[in-house]
Amino acid sequence: MTEATEIALTVNGEVHRVTVPPRKLLSDVLRDDLGLTGTHVGCEHGTCGACTIWVDGAPTRACLIFAVQMAGHALTTIEAFAGDPLTPLQQALHELHGLQCGFCTPGIVMTVEAWLKDNPDPSEAEIRDVLSGNLCRCTGYHNIVRAVAAAARRMRPAVGA
Amino acid sequence: MKPAAFVYHGARSIDEAVALLASHGDDAKLLAGGQSLVPMMNMRLAQPRHVIDINNIAQGDAIALDGDRLVLGALVRHEAVARSALVRTRCPILAAAAASIGHYAIRTRGTLGGSLAHADPAAQLPLIMTLLDAALEARSVRGSRMVGAAQFFTGVFATALAPDELLTTVQVPCLPTGAGWGFRLMSRRVGDFAIAAAAATVTLDTDGGIDTVRAALGGVEATPVSLGGLGAAQRGHSPDRAWSAALAKSFVAARQPLDDPRVPAVYRRELAEVLLTRALDDAVVRARGGSP
Repeated sequence: MTEATEIALTVNGEVHRVTVPPRKLLSDVLRDDLGLTGTHVGCEHGTCGACTIWVDGAPTRACLIFAVQMAGHALTTIEAFAGDPLTPLQQALHELHGLQCGFCTPGIVMTVEAWLKDNPDPSEAEIRDVLSGNLCRCTGYHNIVRAVAAAARRMRPAVGA
Repeated sequence: MKPAAFVYHGARSIDEAVALLASHGDDAKLLAGGQSLVPMMNMRLAQPRHVIDINNIAQGDAIALDGDRLVLGALVRHEAVARSALVRTRCPILAAAAASIGHYAIRTRGTLGGSLAHADPAAQLPLIMTLLDAALEARSVRGSRMVGAAQFFTGVFATALAPDELLTTVQVPCLPTGAGWGFRLMSRRVGDFAIAAAAATVTLDTDGGIDTVRAALGGVEATPVSLGGLGAAQRGHSPDRAWSAALAKSFVAARQPLDDPRVPAVYRRELAEVLLTRALDDAVVRARGGSP
C-alpha cells in the first residue's frame, strides 16, 4: 500500500500509534507526528548526522529509515537524555563549550553516548574518527573532542583507587 | 528531499522475500541497511514502485565458522563484522575493511549483502571478496546458486544477480595460519567512498621468501581486480621493498583505470601503485609477526 497505514512506534519506552505513508522518513514522523523535535534534520541523505537516533540501541540515521520499518523495534531519541542532571557527556559539552548553535548537538550526543559504552577509553584519534560522522559548522570540533575525552575520563571507574 | 511514493513489503523470511521479488522483479528494490538506497530515494535518483524490506528476516545476520570458511549472513551489519571476535581472529583483513566503511552510525546499519549487491567499484567489501575469492549465495524461487566473487561483480553498480534473486549468505575463506595482510585506501574525506583501495595477503616460506601472495585493487576499474595468476610467479622471491614496488608496478601497468574529470586515469594509476606497494609491505611485516 502506498496509502497511509497505522503502525505502533516504541519511542523512549512509550508506544505511539501513528498513521503514516510508507515513504515518510522516520525523522519526519518523530518531529511532525510525535512532536519530538529534538531530532534535527540537516542534509536528509545521511551525511550530516544531525538526525542520529538509536534503533535497538544502535546509533542510526533517522533520515535513512522509513517509519513503517520500525514496528517492533525500540527507538531512543535525544528526549531520553532530557533529564536532570545532565549526563557526564552533556555536562562536559556544556563546561568545555562543545557547542555553539547547538543544531548538531543532539546527533553528537546520540552517537557518542552509545559509542562510549563500547569504547570507554578512547584515544584522541578514535574520538576524532567517531566525530567524523557528525558535521558541526560552529566549533571547529576542538572543544567537542575535549568534551568527549573528559566525559570518557569521568565515566571510567577509578582504577586502583 | 522526500522519496517518491512506493508500496512497502516487510519480508519476514527468505522465502517471503524471494516470492515478493518473483512477483515484482524489476519494479522492486530490496531494502537492507538502506545507507545507499535511501539517500538515492530521498534525492529521487531511485524511485522503486515496490520496496521489499529484508531487515527483519530471522537469522539473516549470523556469523559462523564452517571449517576454514566464515559464513556470513547478508544482513550482517558492518559494525558487527568489524567487532566480531571470530572475524578479527580468522579473517582480520575483513574486519579492518569493514571498520573503514563510512562512519560509525552508517556501519551500525549498513549490511554486507547491501554493499556487495550495490557494487560500488571503490567499496571495501567487494574488494575483499575479490581478494579472497569468496562465494556468494543467490536465492530465488527458482532455487539457490553459488557465484564466485570474480563472476559476481560485472560492472559499475552491476552484479550477476538476476532481478528475482536475493543475496543470502557469503562464504569467505579464512586467512591461512601465519598469513600477513595489508589494506590501504585513499579517500578525500574520512567516510567517503575511496578513490582507490588495495588489499593483499602474504605467506612466507621457511626461508622467509614469498610462499603465496594475493592482491586486489578497488576503485581502479569498473569492478575490483585481483592479481590472479601473477601471484604464483612470486614464489621464492625475497619480499623486500623493491619486490613489492615492482609487483605493484607491473600489476597496475596492466590495468585500464577509470577516467573522470575529478580523478583522471593517470592519478588513479599512480595512487593504485602506491597503495598496493604499501598494502604488500604491510602484509609482509605482519607475516613476519610484526605490526606495520
